[in-house]
Amino acid sequence: MALPQAKQDTTQARLSALALPQDGGWLGAARDAALGRVRAMGLPGARDEYWKYTRPAALTAPKAGTAAVLVTDEAPVFDAIDRVKLVFVDGVFDAEASDAPELAGVEITQLAEAGAADIHWAKDLYGVLEAAGQVPVERPLAALNTAAAEQGVVIRVTGKAAKPVNLIYRHVSETSDAMMHHVVRVEAGAELTLLENGPAAARLNSVLEVDVADDAAFHHVRAQGRDHDRVAATHIFGRLGTRSLFKSFTLTANGALTRNEAVLELTGDDVSAHVAGAAMGDGDFHHDDTVFITHDAVNCESRQVFKKVLRNGAVGVFQGKILVKEGAQKTDGYQISQSLLLDDDAQFLAKPELEIYADDVACSHGSTSGAIDEEALFYLRARGIERAEATDMLTIAFLAEALEEIADEALADDILSRLESWLLRRRG
Amino acid sequence: MLEINNLHVKLEEEDKAIIKGLSLSVEPGKVHAIMGPNGSGKSTLSYVLSGKDGYEVTDGDATLLGEDLLEMEPEERAAAGLFLAFQYPVEIPGVGNMTFLRTAVNAQRKARGEEELSAGDFLKLVRAKAKSLKIDADMLKRPVNTGFSGGEKKRNEILQMAMLEPKMCILDETDSGLDVDAMKLVSEGVNALRDAGRSFLVITHYQRLLNHIQPDVVHIMADGKIVKTGGPELALEVENNGYADILAEVA
Repeated sequence: MALPQAKQDTTQARLSALALPQDGGWLGAARDAALGRVRAMGLPGARDEYWKYTRPAALTAPKAGTAAVLVTDEAPVFDAIDRVKLVFVDGVFDAEASDAPELAGVEITQLAEAGAADIHWAKDLYGVLEAAGQVPVERPLAALNTAAAEQGVVIRVTGKAAKPVNLIYRHVSETSDAMMHHVVRVEAGAELTLLENGPAAARLNSVLEVDVADDAAFHHVRAQGRDHDRVAATHIFGRLGTRSLFKSFTLTANGALTRNEAVLELTGDDVSAHVAGAAMGDGDFHHDDTVFITHDAVNCESRQVFKKVLRNGAVGVFQGKILVKEGAQKTDGYQISQSLLLDDDAQFLAKPELEIYADDVACSHGSTSGAIDEEALFYLRARGIERAEATDMLTIAFLAEALEEIADEALADDILSRLESWLLRRRG
Repeated sequence: MLEINNLHVKLEEEDKAIIKGLSLSVEPGKVHAIMGPNGSGKSTLSYVLSGKDGYEVTDGDATLLGEDLLEMEPEERAAAGLFLAFQYPVEIPGVGNMTFLRTAVNAQRKARGEEELSAGDFLKLVRAKAKSLKIDADMLKRPVNTGFSGGEKKRNEILQMAMLEPKMCILDETDSGLDVDAMKLVSEGVNALRDAGRSFLVITHYQRLLNHIQPDVVHIMADGKIVKTGGPELALEVENNGYADILAEVA
């Protein structure tokens, strides 16, 4: 079926504004294939069902908009964590600012270098999980990323990494347009914690493809930058092997537009896959968590825990799906999306979905929207805690279930302190 | 300590008077009990004194150690020395009991211009007080009142009281939902706090709590007013004859 003219035009205008890489090799072939997918699907439009609650225009426009760079004297998140830092400035790797990519059991290569070499495992992943994730729902911005991204890292983990790898995204230019594509392969029995933080650019399109082999573990903690005007579309594609563990947590505080998609396929038995997020919005803020988890094996457990604190016109969106394929017995799927609306102007839109083709499963989902509990607030105040502090305590309590999804205590404490600072800055 | 003078209160949302000219004076170091049938306004009195929303004072005043209570925010009343042990302590998932206690203790100290307790000192203090109320480490770690039994919730109220060391304690039906053993434990906790500088207002339906917490003065409240005041023997009279006789006598 031919694409509607408007969609064709949007897609063509976006592609024309890009200098598509012409490198050849396996990477070039993967990019060409992705370009074919983009042309076939067309970029998202306002009429697309999957974009019903989020306007994609700022993400598909030929040029990035303008986003002021936030100046703050606050220490960056993860600063106190011992980790290997890889710095990207407006989406471009900065070797000078980065640590040497050396960590026992972990091979770190820049995407451009990997493309010039015959790295078979990367070849088997780059654009492959993204392509697989286009069914049953299309994610054209991810395909566009595969076709056009020149920046990113390729990480292979063969042992238990002694410390996290931290991708740091600095935003310097007010009109920067960044595209990054990372590929991670965690080999059987290996473990990695990947940290990402920073606004990255005025506009960001990022893709992270993660292949977690049998008995391997992948932890992911992300803090998206606080720059108010930035827009971002991010995709995580995960393929999870037998007895593997996958845990991803994202903190989003501020940002005019953020669409975070997570697409996980549980292909081995006994997998544990958790995706969580805490989003804080005040004013011009639109945050969309879109999650699609496919259970295609026996005895797997998945959790989606998304919490949003919204005020002053901020909008939160949650689209979460659990698909349990035929034969995926003993599936334990849980999904919760909740918003705390701190005033009458905030808005939360949720579309939870379950689609189940196996008969021996336990799946639950819930979605709520509410204000601060007045009874609890009075109880705290009656004990001498001021209204503002009591409100913040209850707000943090609301977010607790999402924060609990961060396994590492130091990382969880760091994220918690960011949430507390965010709230503190807004006290009257 | 606590002076209530001709207090009139109505519900904010509807034009319904609940307290209709209540006067009461609790001296330092004394335990006053308020007894009365359902709907007499006992719990409303405790909420109005502690500053809960939804009530409007239409006349009269209430002071704590000479300070106008009704003008203060709930947290200011607490810092001034008022404590309400809730009839239904609120469950707050996500807030650890210990964090809550420490925040409350330090918020009050700060409001009074005192130095905050260090983490170590606080821990020592809370452990000692928790032990006498048979509150174990697990209860301290769990979210505030969440999943607590009725007895655990009431013991937790008394622990908060012991930690905050208020001057004026209002106990709102603290005996409700307690079995005999729990009532004994709670009462011992309260009695341990009795001293010359601290007063209590014990609100209850039943005389049985007053066997454990001996009052100096007993008031009978009906239809928003104190209708009779006497000594501990008045509570026994209620226990034996019910409220009907007393209400008939004052009518």
